Amino acid sequence: MALDDRKSEFNFVGTRPDRPDGLDKVTGRAKFGADAYAPGMLHGAILRSPHAHARIIKIDASKAEAHKDVKAVVTRADFSDKPEFKPGLEGEFWNVLENVMAGEKALYDGHAIAAVAATSALAARDALKLIEVEYEVLPHVTDVDKAMAPDAPVIREGAADYSVPAGMHPNVVRYHESGHGEVEAGFAEADLVIEDSFATEATHQGYIEPHACLAMLGNDGKGELWCTTQGHWYAQKYCAAALGIETAQLRVTASEIGGGFGGKTTVFIEPVALALSRKANRPVKLVMSRSEVFRATGPTSSASMDIKIGMKKDGTITGAQGIFRLQGGAFPGAPGDMTAMCGFAPYNLTNVRQVGYDVMANRPKQAAYRAPGAPMGAFAVESVIDELCKKLGLDPIDVRLKNAAHEGTKANYGPTYERIGLVETLEAAKAHPHYAAPLKPGQGRGISCGFWFNHGGETSVSLALSEDGSAQLMVGTPDIGGSRASMALMAAEVLGIPYENIRVTIADTATLGYNDVSHGSRVTYASGLATIKAAKHAVEKLCERAAVKWGIPGDAVKWEDGCAVPSGPNAGDFDPMPLADITADMGATGGPISGHFEATPEGAGVSFGTHIVDAEVDPETGKTSVIRYTVIQDAGKAIHPDYVEGQFQGGAAQGIGWALNEEYVYGEDGRLQNSIFLDYRIPVASDLPMIDTVIVEVPNPGHPFGVRGVGETGIVPPLAAIANAVSNAAGVRMRQLPMSPPRILAALKENG
Amino acid sequence: MDYHSPASFVEASALAANATGITRFLAGGTDVLVQLRSDLVTPDTLIDIKKINGVRDITRNADGSWTLGVAATGAEMSEHPELGRDWPGVVEAMDLIGSTQVQGRATLTGNLCNGSPAADSVPAMVAAGVTVTVTGPDGARELAVEDIPTGPGKTALAKGELISAVNIPARGANGGDAYLRFIPRTEMDIAVVGVGVNLRLDGDKIIEARVSLGAVAPTVLLVEDCAKAIIGTTLDEVALDALATAASAACNPIDDKRGTIEFRTEVAGVLAKRTAKIAYARAKGEHA
Ligand SMILES: Cc1cc2nc3c(=O)[nH]c(=O)nc-3n(C[C@H](O)[C@H](O)[C@H](O)COP(=O)(O)OP(=O)(O)OC[C@H]3O[C@@H](n4cnc5c(N)ncnc54)[C@H](O)[C@@H]3O)c2cc1C
Repeated sequence: MALDDRKSEFNFVGTRPDRPDGLDKVTGRAKFGADAYAPGMLHGAILRSPHAHARIIKIDASKAEAHKDVKAVVTRADFSDKPEFKPGLEGEFWNVLENVMAGEKALYDGHAIAAVAATSALAARDALKLIEVEYEVLPHVTDVDKAMAPDAPVIREGAADYSVPAGMHPNVVRYHESGHGEVEAGFAEADLVIEDSFATEATHQGYIEPHACLAMLGNDGKGELWCTTQGHWYAQKYCAAALGIETAQLRVTASEIGGGFGGKTTVFIEPVALALSRKANRPVKLVMSRSEVFRATGPTSSASMDIKIGMKKDGTITGAQGIFRLQGGAFPGAPGDMTAMCGFAPYNLTNVRQVGYDVMANRPKQAAYRAPGAPMGAFAVESVIDELCKKLGLDPIDVRLKNAAHEGTKANYGPTYERIGLVETLEAAKAHPHYAAPLKPGQGRGISCGFWFNHGGETSVSLALSEDGSAQLMVGTPDIGGSRASMALMAAEVLGIPYENIRVTIADTATLGYNDVSHGSRVTYASGLATIKAAKHAVEKLCERAAVKWGIPGDAVKWEDGCAVPSGPNAGDFDPMPLADITADMGATGGPISGHFEATPEGAGVSFGTHIVDAEVDPETGKTSVIRYTVIQDAGKAIHPDYVEGQFQGGAAQGIGWALNEEYVYGEDGRLQNSIFLDYRIPVASDLPMIDTVIVEVPNPGHPFGVRGVGETGIVPPLAAIANAVSNAAGVRMRQLPMSPPRILAALKENG
Repeated sequence: MDYHSPASFVEASALAANATGITRFLAGGTDVLVQLRSDLVTPDTLIDIKKINGVRDITRNADGSWTLGVAATGAEMSEHPELGRDWPGVVEAMDLIGSTQVQGRATLTGNLCNGSPAADSVPAMVAAGVTVTVTGPDGARELAVEDIPTGPGKTALAKGELISAVNIPARGANGGDAYLRFIPRTEMDIAVVGVGVNLRLDGDKIIEARVSLGAVAPTVLLVEDCAKAIIGTTLDEVALDALATAASAACNPIDDKRGTIEFRTEVAGVLAKRTAKIAYARAKGEHA
């Protein structure tokens, strides 16, 4: 690993200490969403639609309400339909509410219709059977292309916004178009133009912890919510609006989180549990089953895409065009725009045009899933590039290097790149022994690049020093990838005290300012930046206190290796004063010392990666084994390299599942056929090879230590890299995911 | 729900015979409890057969045949020092079921009586010629494993009947068995196709064979034509191709989330060949 050998200017950053939450997690002491209990607690359960699309004629809950174990029943009528005093929720509020609890129509199989709270989980489950719902079943559509066709059933009239061109089906709700140059002229310059269509199925984030919460809401409008979430301030704001209470009156605590990958950036059961609690006047716990997670929480979008790329014999791309149609369930929000913007983002193109469609269908509301939209686009674009390289006899890394975006490139989606690390990842890929390793017959190699924007977002961090010189750091971004370790390393770097002396807590909504969700690969970047600045803020005060003790001016003191020292020979001759000596009597020198920082940092810094994959295909069964995998990605600066590598490996592992076997399977009736892990085929450990990683570090100018987020980019290249490897191994181009054995065997047969 | 833990099969049979509503026997519970928890089947009567004497025994009889108690688990079968030497195919088929945790509970009988067309141990048992002893209100009877399943989730057991023993024939000389399944992953999955082969050699020549297919029809299949294709041969290419053709021809599968009709039909032939080769090598004493 390059990083270990490198001389680093850091003392703590770049080391690999144990994670602070490690012992809790391996001993079972960590408290996840379902681990909370309260005196008098009731258990909630949600009645879900068995229909893909149906009008709700009548809900008769009288039998359930009359049952002795049932303490409350809620339906849509128990929620506030208008977020009257909640800025920032206007666009999505109604859609999320409609998803949390159906209004006039059930829009997908699994859509929540009503909920009960009862004295036990079993009683709650059984009470659901007492609720009678009369449905008028409506025609449904689950496929993206069919949902755009003229005869498709309309899911919701008037859901489209201004961006959609006239004449499109009402299920098309957003439209994106961007690019520059003249693509037709570009194609005319090419020696070879390839145009192909691609499709991907929806996949679920597959976090191991189902959604779970414990809610208490009194008739005084004051509430407490404990939940597994990537963003408890969002949950606070949203739930308060849906329940019609003031935001500050709802205190939300994020539990330890068993994975989210974007899927826990919104709310599903939390407003329901609060509504039940308010009605029953008792705490209510709600825990989803796995089947509910699959049926009613966000999978990613499915996609249908047409790509056209022209290339010269020397590998220069002369023109590139992509049409990306994304299906995001029965609500606006499919990231057609993201897919369109990310597909060609790794390349320096003169002529490029991309179009994205956001399409509704009778499926659950899509939720973010690591680099939402980007993996599908990369799959389509990078497959065509691979095909062009093959037909023109060019090396796929050389071609990507030839066209690679770099500092100063005008990106396909508009901005001009600052310092970026794509070329470095490609060079590292080319130099890696994996790329030169021989392949056996039946094996194929694939490579792909991938891009993600990364994000900053509202961030607030506080740091408090204890009298013994230890530090407590309060951050507001739930730790979904080892971020507490990274925060402690960054604080240690600034304060100059040992990593072990810093305790990082994910603060609840009552103890810190607003924080955006843990998404957009923003945590190590934004909370990290705020941590550094909060620690510096505390250091300023430490210097001031030392100056008081020494009787010299504040600006005559500077901070070095955990001690206050005179800033120069003229400041006086004093021994370095360690942090703990200053905090020991801070009560007498001016009071508690703490640091704080809040901002919306804007310099997240875009991120690129290159993956190399070897796959072997059994020609008799179509079964694929991924036999070697290398992830190379620019991390800017790896704060805790273990967790950077973990993100790289996790992206590859999830990408392998998406590429090979994971898919939402819908029956003719529009019902989900595979809502358990037995049939929703996420890779098991033995399905995966060791995933090798190379951390490239091209510092991000927008972060004090050079950090670029690494959480999402790692899932962008795998679909394409694996498809390229499989296509090369099987000798037939695979244009549809997942590349399950039946699909590969059928393609092999068709190929003769 | 009524829970019983009878001390004998006769008592268990009487309880089942007199029960109303849905009755389930509780062996390992890896189907029963999962179905209960996921609200698929909530039995009115649950009869735990694990308290009956001897239900976990694995016994080799004087004639070389084996009697397995109905609660003997997959793990106990795999850990047995001799069973797997006689019947590696049966033991491996059982061992494919679930994870280490599931192995500690799951039984052959439960796998058979749950009635899944994709049950892994069932084609291996059918190929091996395994029978089960059935205890009922009218006494005991013995049935071939292939006669137990009558359709997805359905068995030939009458009300009040339950299986009280699993009987595996004596291995005898120059025999070998094997089971392979196709799943898209490496473990923790349900067979898309399963093939059990059991054969006996005279020299290099196959003189007896039983071939069974799982997950390609509403019930497990014992395919005579597959046996015919290889009996009298040395399992040469011609015989293997004939075996594959017969296996594919016997398939009557469905299209579902786990595989297509075309895929199952094709792969049944491929797996039949691969399984037969392993059984043949084992019969020759080449222990893989
Ligand atoms: C995670 C997981 C993975 C699995 N993977 C596989 C797999 O790969 N392959 C596979 O084939 N199966 C698999 N299964 C299913 C299950 O484990 C097997 O079918 C197992 O063999 C069932 O045995 P059991 O003893 O647990 O049966 P139980 O659940 O106790 O009983 C199953 C059925 O058999 C009946 N029964 C039990 N004993 C008797 C008796 N003596 N007489 C009459 N009827 C009886 C019961 O009434 C019930 O209907 C899996 C299950 C889980 C939970």
